[in-house]
Amino acid sequence: MPKLNSSAELEKLRDEILSNRDSDQRIITLCSGTACHATGSRSVAAAIEEELEKQGLKDQVIVRKTGCHGFCERGPIIVLYPEGICYLQIEPENIPEIVSQTIKENKILEHLLYIDPSSDEKITREDEIPFYKNQQRLLFGANLQIDPKSIEDYLALGGYKALARALLKMDPGQALEEVKKANLRGRGGGGFPAGIKWEGSRSAPEDTKYVIVNADEGDPGAYMDRSLLEGNPHSVLEGLAIGAYTIGAREGFIYVRQEYPLAVDNINTAIKQAEEYGFLGENILGSDFSFTVKVHQGAGAFVCGESTALMTALEGRAGEPRPKYIRSNIKGLWDKPTVLNNVETWANVPLIINNGAEWFEKYGTETSKGTKIFSLVGKINNTGLVEVPMGMTLRDIIFKVGGGIRGGKKFKAVQTGGPSGGCLPEHLLDLQVGFDELTKAGSMMGSGGMIAMDEDTCMVDVARYFLDFLTDESCGKCVPCREGVKQMLKILTNITEGRGQEGDLELLEELGQVAKEVSLCALGQTAPNPFLSTLQYFRDEYEAHISGKRCPALYCKDLIAYYIDPEECQACQACLKKCPSDAIIGGKKTIHVIDQEKCTKCNTCYDVCPSRFSAVKKISGEPVPPAIPEEERTITRGSKEK
Amino acid sequence: MDIEKVDQIIDKHNSEASSLIQVLLEIQSENRWLPRQILERISEKLEVPLSRIQHIATFYKAFSLIPKGRHEVHICMGTACHVRGAQNVLTAVEDYTGIKPGETDLDLKFSLETVNCLGCCALGPVMEVDGQIHGKISPAETADALKKYE
Amino acid sequence: MSKVLLKIDGKEVEAEEGMTVLETAQDEGIGIPTLCHHKKLEPYGACRICTVEAEKNGRSKLVVSCVYPVEKDLEVTTRSEKIDRIRRKILELLLSHAPDSDQLRKLAEEYGANKDRFEKEPSFCIHCGLCVRYCAEVKGKFAVGFINRGSRREINFIPELAATECWNCKECFPLCPTSALQAAYMFTEAQISETPVFEADSK
Repeated sequence: MPKLNSSAELEKLRDEILSNRDSDQRIITLCSGTACHATGSRSVAAAIEEELEKQGLKDQVIVRKTGCHGFCERGPIIVLYPEGICYLQIEPENIPEIVSQTIKENKILEHLLYIDPSSDEKITREDEIPFYKNQQRLLFGANLQIDPKSIEDYLALGGYKALARALLKMDPGQALEEVKKANLRGRGGGGFPAGIKWEGSRSAPEDTKYVIVNADEGDPGAYMDRSLLEGNPHSVLEGLAIGAYTIGAREGFIYVRQEYPLAVDNINTAIKQAEEYGFLGENILGSDFSFTVKVHQGAGAFVCGESTALMTALEGRAGEPRPKYIRSNIKGLWDKPTVLNNVETWANVPLIINNGAEWFEKYGTETSKGTKIFSLVGKINNTGLVEVPMGMTLRDIIFKVGGGIRGGKKFKAVQTGGPSGGCLPEHLLDLQVGFDELTKAGSMMGSGGMIAMDEDTCMVDVARYFLDFLTDESCGKCVPCREGVKQMLKILTNITEGRGQEGDLELLEELGQVAKEVSLCALGQTAPNPFLSTLQYFRDEYEAHISGKRCPALYCKDLIAYYIDPEECQACQACLKKCPSDAIIGGKKTIHVIDQEKCTKCNTCYDVCPSRFSAVKKISGEPVPPAIPEEERTITRGSKEK
Repeated sequence: MDIEKVDQIIDKHNSEASSLIQVLLEIQSENRWLPRQILERISEKLEVPLSRIQHIATFYKAFSLIPKGRHEVHICMGTACHVRGAQNVLTAVEDYTGIKPGETDLDLKFSLETVNCLGCCALGPVMEVDGQIHGKISPAETADALKKYE
Repeated sequence: MSKVLLKIDGKEVEAEEGMTVLETAQDEGIGIPTLCHHKKLEPYGACRICTVEAEKNGRSKLVVSCVYPVEKDLEVTTRSEKIDRIRRKILELLLSHAPDSDQLRKLAEEYGANKDRFEKEPSFCIHCGLCVRYCAEVKGKFAVGFINRGSRREINFIPELAATECWNCKECFPLCPTSALQAAYMFTEAQISETPVFEADSK
């Protein structure tokens, strides 16, 4: 493939690619992101290849293994083109009939379609499924059409048009102005205006400058960046190249966490392809601009997602953050001006250059423009990645897109911003999602993790969980974080284990305040947030734990006990057989009783008791009802009518 | 791993001190742990003090200074898995294997680690063994799943 | 180097561009407590006890004076209720590790820090990093370094270097505010030498 040396050559190639593509072509797309691999998409892929071969359709049907479609709850997902028929939760066994019925005879297989839970209506097309219909997939939509290993798929969608426009029709200042006007704010958590960050580097009087993609994505429960990098790596490269052009950088780095092998693989392939075609390297598209990109893997440290720690890691050292008094866009990697941005931020750049700042500003709120990809996970029905315009309410995201809380339980809180963020309760569900709105409410946007919690979630434990995470991930350099956050964890652990004391909440607040005020980096500075927000909105739970030695959500092991309600128990022995501690006394017709001495509160009996009996109960803050005498435990047939 | 292989990996990264972490990652991936002699060799070739290499090898979770077991068990402790009961899954695995996260059992059979999000939140809680995902796993099912590994 | 005019505790002072607030204050005889600072070493910014308030253009913020560069018209306050509260908390956290350290005790008295605020921790080390940095920056030997991260972080001697280089040097010993360093060294020594430590010590 000879390098493309001009915009004209690029467009000629694009036309060739498009003319070879028939819009009536039968295509099977199979979601093949990492999450779908976990649900078995690899074996589905193999089944597809086999069946097409068997039915002699190998040459007539294109199989496209794409990146993540977003609806992870229902994966693996197949979409058949040109109709856009969407089949969910596909197993290898479904493939023969899909090929013979739908592909060969255009018959729709209703049992594989999405069924709307409220109307029982069967929905055929992917874009009509409520989960997708209520989203605005400016970035993510492309994943469906792209095999990440194929640069031609990206070109067919208009890929690299923005780069050509920026390099050949705009000067660096103009391109930067466009990004600045669009008011693109960082999608990694800080929400800092990208254009202003870039401007600082652009005007820095240094010859060597760098651009970095932060693909460390350490927030537990967040995997948007992975899916963008896996599914559409060229979009990130294109954005990065444009950014480098505006500031005058000739070298770029992509720092990917090592736990993302598929993303590392796909981005490396994309880089090679881009170099081959001339989108990276010397004199890109015949311009004066030369730019190369290297991939660096992380090695398992959440703190390396912090920009200064990331740069320290790139320099081959332990990821300890540096003071930010001199901003890294002036003195960053090797003390040179460095622009570091998140994967999603970079992916937005080609859209802005192609469509203009005004187009971008149409989406979102006054201060938060564009869309945001959230990973909607936890106790939600439609687990997955959702892209919505800024300004959509939390209620709409959780209930309209997310389908509400799973298992028919009641919504309790939504956690955003990862370990730096907070929990927002029900009365704030009408909050519009945006950087400033979430921060004002005591949480933050963060990288996009959005965890739904229900009545069974203990909010004190949530605070303890995040502090546990941060204590493990703290780099250990500064006192307020290394010592202070650790002490906060100790106190919260004591509270969840029934050893809470008066004065605990005050001490937690004191420690939290010092960490916020003088920690070296944002990890320590935001560490108190989950505690502070749960204290603000769920203070009663803290007080129940501390003074009442009670866990209202019935979660904290040391504060709860399990017992079997003799009225409901049908002696089916399900729990008796599964109990790992042999703690259940009973038999075939004998009402079961839990031996409190042996019970480890593993929750197994609660899980396995058939829902029609629901005999296992949890109790907190009061003594377990005494077991009924042995003589009364025998069940006689017919004596237990419900 | 013999010294030639180590040298090869170092040379591949142009013997640059800033590539230290990438070099260690490659050796860890192939050798499954980082013996002292290898760290000393890297110190020599990259001209980086041994104490700095030790800091890095112990700072980052990806590296192990002790041999790993034949099977690596990872329990996801991400927030989504946590609210779906990951803690109980971890306790059950600790009970079955007899080890805590970061440890390897005496037979070098299992190495246990907690990880902070495998990104398969729809399948939570998740246990990963040798890269294979066991999704929606309950504490009671972990023993059966692990029994299958030699 | 151009001159920078700023105020510290109301006093007008002149500094050179590139100097830190701490250096300037020390030159002027204005006391700011430090634990991880040493004039022969690069500023570290780890203990945070040298935190001061800095105001410019009507906006005030907390800054760590050992790494904060001087600015024209900056107004620095080195003691206030807020600053004292922060220093007290830092001291209380460190006293849980080394309640008998002279340096910490003196500061604890000045700031009213309670050494029993937190439960005692098993390690004396307060992670000032003076030993590690001195050996790296001044001696160039790198005989002692940090290992692990977070609260599991600790100092660690390279045994071979401890047995040879350190034996004749020990220049880092007086720097340690808590004697954790000497303990770590003795422990390493005890591990590698066959002769009991106190016998070897009488050399």
